[in-house]
Amino acid sequence: MNMPWLSFLVFFPLAAALLLLLMPRGSERAVRLWATGAALAEFVFSIPLWWRVQPGEPGYQFVEQISWIPAIGAQYHLGVDGISALLALLTTLTTVIALLASWTSVDKRSKEFFALLLALEAGMLGTFFALDLLLFYVFWEAMLIPMYLLIGVWGGQRRIYAAVKFFLFTMAGSVLMLVALLALFFLHREATGIASFDLNTLLMLPLEPAKQWWMFLAFAFAFAIKVPMFPFHTWLPDAHVEAPTAGSVILAAVLLKMGTYGFLRFAMPLFPNALVVATPWIAGLAIVGIIYGALVALVQPDMKKLVAYSSVSHMGVCMLGLMAMNSQGLAGSMMTMLSHGVSTGALFLLVGMIYERRHTRRIADFGGLWKVIPVFSVTLLIVTLSSIGLPGTNGFVGEFLVLLGAFRHNVWWAVFAATGVVLSACYMLWMYQRVVFGETTHEENRTLRDLSLRERIVMAPLLFLIFWMGVAPQPFLDRMQPALERTIGIARERAVRSASLEGTSAPLADRVSSPVPITKEVGR
Amino acid sequence: MNLVPQPTFLPVDWWALGAVLVLTAGILLLLLLEFVPAGQRSSRGAVISLAALGASAFAVYRVADDRRSLFEGMFVHDGMTVFFTLLFCAIGALSILMSWDYVKRTRINQAEYYALLLASILGMVIMAASNDLITIFLGLELMSLSLYVLVGFRRTRLESNEAALKYFLLGAFASGFLLYGIALLYGATGTTDLVRMGAFLADSPVLSNPLLQIGGLLVLSGFAFKVAAVPFHMWTPDAYEGAPTSVTGFMSAGAKVAGFAALLRFGLKAMGPLEDQWMPMLSVIAALTMTVGNVTALLQQNLKRMLAYSSIAHAGYILVAVVAGGPEGAGAAVFYLAVYSFMNIGAFAILTMMGKGRDERVLVSDLAGLGFRKPFLGIAMTVFMISLGGIPPTAGFMGKIHVFGAAIDAGHIPLVIIGVLNSVIAVFYYLRVTVAMYMREPEGEPVAVSQGVPVLVCVAISLAATLWFGIQAQPLWVEAQRSVLSLL
Repeated sequence: MNMPWLSFLVFFPLAAALLLLLMPRGSERAVRLWATGAALAEFVFSIPLWWRVQPGEPGYQFVEQISWIPAIGAQYHLGVDGISALLALLTTLTTVIALLASWTSVDKRSKEFFALLLALEAGMLGTFFALDLLLFYVFWEAMLIPMYLLIGVWGGQRRIYAAVKFFLFTMAGSVLMLVALLALFFLHREATGIASFDLNTLLMLPLEPAKQWWMFLAFAFAFAIKVPMFPFHTWLPDAHVEAPTAGSVILAAVLLKMGTYGFLRFAMPLFPNALVVATPWIAGLAIVGIIYGALVALVQPDMKKLVAYSSVSHMGVCMLGLMAMNSQGLAGSMMTMLSHGVSTGALFLLVGMIYERRHTRRIADFGGLWKVIPVFSVTLLIVTLSSIGLPGTNGFVGEFLVLLGAFRHNVWWAVFAATGVVLSACYMLWMYQRVVFGETTHEENRTLRDLSLRERIVMAPLLFLIFWMGVAPQPFLDRMQPALERTIGIARERAVRSASLEGTSAPLADRVSSPVPITKEVGR
Repeated sequence: MNLVPQPTFLPVDWWALGAVLVLTAGILLLLLLEFVPAGQRSSRGAVISLAALGASAFAVYRVADDRRSLFEGMFVHDGMTVFFTLLFCAIGALSILMSWDYVKRTRINQAEYYALLLASILGMVIMAASNDLITIFLGLELMSLSLYVLVGFRRTRLESNEAALKYFLLGAFASGFLLYGIALLYGATGTTDLVRMGAFLADSPVLSNPLLQIGGLLVLSGFAFKVAAVPFHMWTPDAYEGAPTSVTGFMSAGAKVAGFAALLRFGLKAMGPLEDQWMPMLSVIAALTMTVGNVTALLQQNLKRMLAYSSIAHAGYILVAVVAGGPEGAGAAVFYLAVYSFMNIGAFAILTMMGKGRDERVLVSDLAGLGFRKPFLGIAMTVFMISLGGIPPTAGFMGKIHVFGAAIDAGHIPLVIIGVLNSVIAVFYYLRVTVAMYMREPEGEPVAVSQGVPVLVCVAISLAATLWFGIQAQPLWVEAQRSVLSLL
């Protein structure tokens, strides 16, 4: 069957958004129903990604490849493998949840709000599916606009500052990536005479390690800002705190993953020799990020800011897993991406729900919620534990695999990263204790409503995923593993070929260990 | 060779000259019709001008694939002439659409307005089609003189007068430089014909001749003034701010495109052998132009001034393409000029709508809340701003990758890095417009918007072009490449 399924997935939300804009003003209910219906339909359309993408098959599937700008060899080239399929599923699910969560909290200009959310979804899916570097870049930057407007129009007090900062930080990184991307294009054209931005084609060309270095730096800079890695993380707390709940959820669940996805899909296989040189530095920054994020989260008086800094810490874990460059590390990193999307998304939702009731997010304003709103408290407990990485929840699998991978690569990495995990227990549990336990000190808290049916529906799939990924992660690992192995394989092969250009041996080839099946270590 | 040229025109030659002839006829018709005065609300001038531009475009398009050299090589009809003539017709038509209601509400609806507009378009066409420094100068003067008057067209307003005077005085200096440079070049090479000059310089020992170098430098300064490159940019903000907004929109696109068209031809045809000497200088100018334009634009509260500095910055980006050189660089410059024209005119068209009657509201804060009050204008302005900022999926992005791509290919990496960092600075002030439109509430009475059908058509066309060339840049890119490859 040759239906352009991926294009449909990308452009269906965009079309829905455009139709939404044409709706008459004042039809709030119709707008919400339409937007939610569209997002739900999109999610349903994307579900076959779960079983129709064959993880065992090499290469990309559902490939669509047509000429886009022949003059410079740019192609409209989409495709999925195990990595992007899982992230795309996370995207479509998160969008539905974000939409449902904004059902009541967005009361002004809801039409534009929902249209932007849907447009954002289109951009995110395009970024995950794109296999042409120029196309990837187009989606990558175009996606900034809806997110910028979501933060800037519907955000909190300092929303304009946060929105502009978000835009400029990401833009500053990505323009350098554009330069590197063009440089790569011309190097390839010079060497082969073929003009192409196609990832697979560019991967065929070995590059001298010296040339790789600057291009890798530019790519890494762009992705490191997006992840965000310490010390480029300063936009994140601002954006998270000021963004409306839906914006925070999508930002945490999907947008941050684009940085790690970019490393995995582009920076690492394209420039493996430079990666090896940079590994200690990036890993060092990742570890600093893990610990620094956790320490800063510990002292936050604001729940949303606490969750934002915990994101910095968790994304450090993801980066560390990537830097280990072995199957456990990569698989752990992928699992952490997914589970961070689920748990942190859920945390932002819960913070948003309590904020809607009390119009404050200060931890000190709460306390003793357990008796008043038990369902909320239990949900928060589960999500908190999953964020800490308690065995049996999703957070555990990823963190454990990353630590395993890091340990195999360098014991000290694992030692330091593990302190971050301990600290995460500290700040999350301490926050939970101050919010939920103890005496009800504020009168306003005695009359809080518990989660409504809609809110329970919103949280249910996330709780389900938390347990599913925690108890039976194998289906997830099965899907991502072949693609990850393939990435390592490409990187290793390119490293050897590139190094032979300079006549040195390839450090990565020695370093990248032979694949060990992950199943044995986790499954039991 | 006859001393007195006696051209026997073939039909093709007539068609090739069509744009010049029709525009001249249009100007005369507009002025003659003034014997039957039209009222303040009359659209006669606009309709006649549109018809003249349409006919010019048709004439040139009909012989688009023919190549001719006319008037002893002074006027050429090649790919570049065709491309630029069509572009000037488009710029002119869009400018007329945006002037349509604006001139009526600001009470400057006179036949002379349109006649001067056509005259300056005629000058631009001649500049782009000239293969001789003398005709380039003629075209440039025709364009400039008309623009001086147009800038001062709101006679009752002091700013308009001041702007016209400043523009005129500095422009006269620039013309003087240019003419002096032409004279020196003539002295050094014995010709004003670009092709012969290039041939003369190709294998000649005069390259280090100071006459030649100073001449080239002076000609370059003349062009740099027209395209508003640093350090010849001082007139731009004042002239842009004081001029009627529709004129600002027109000259921000038209004059810049014409200046670059002449500069490209001059550089490619005549100064090719001297490349090593003027390239380093031009790269410094490019870097300065981008940086000064963008950094100064950050501080502006008046949108016309902001767009003036932004247009300086864009001249810098285009200079990067010129520095890259070769058909790639020239093609990128031509492509960028085309997309720049559409997005810039679109932005100015929206500005012409701000305010009622003679009132003009062009501060950034005047846009507060516009995005939700006028959704179409808000979306259009957002697209123009992100396109000017070079963000996909818009034409500005495609222009940016072509320009910077050509420069990377030619090995000018530091210049490209300066360029992309500049584009980040630029995004900051373009975002301020969207911040005002969507994220701020108007203080007090929201600014009135005078919408008319013609100007909305202008915005819609610019918007469609900006989006379309951002999503599918191939056709325009191919045309731009062809136009520079077919230089006669």
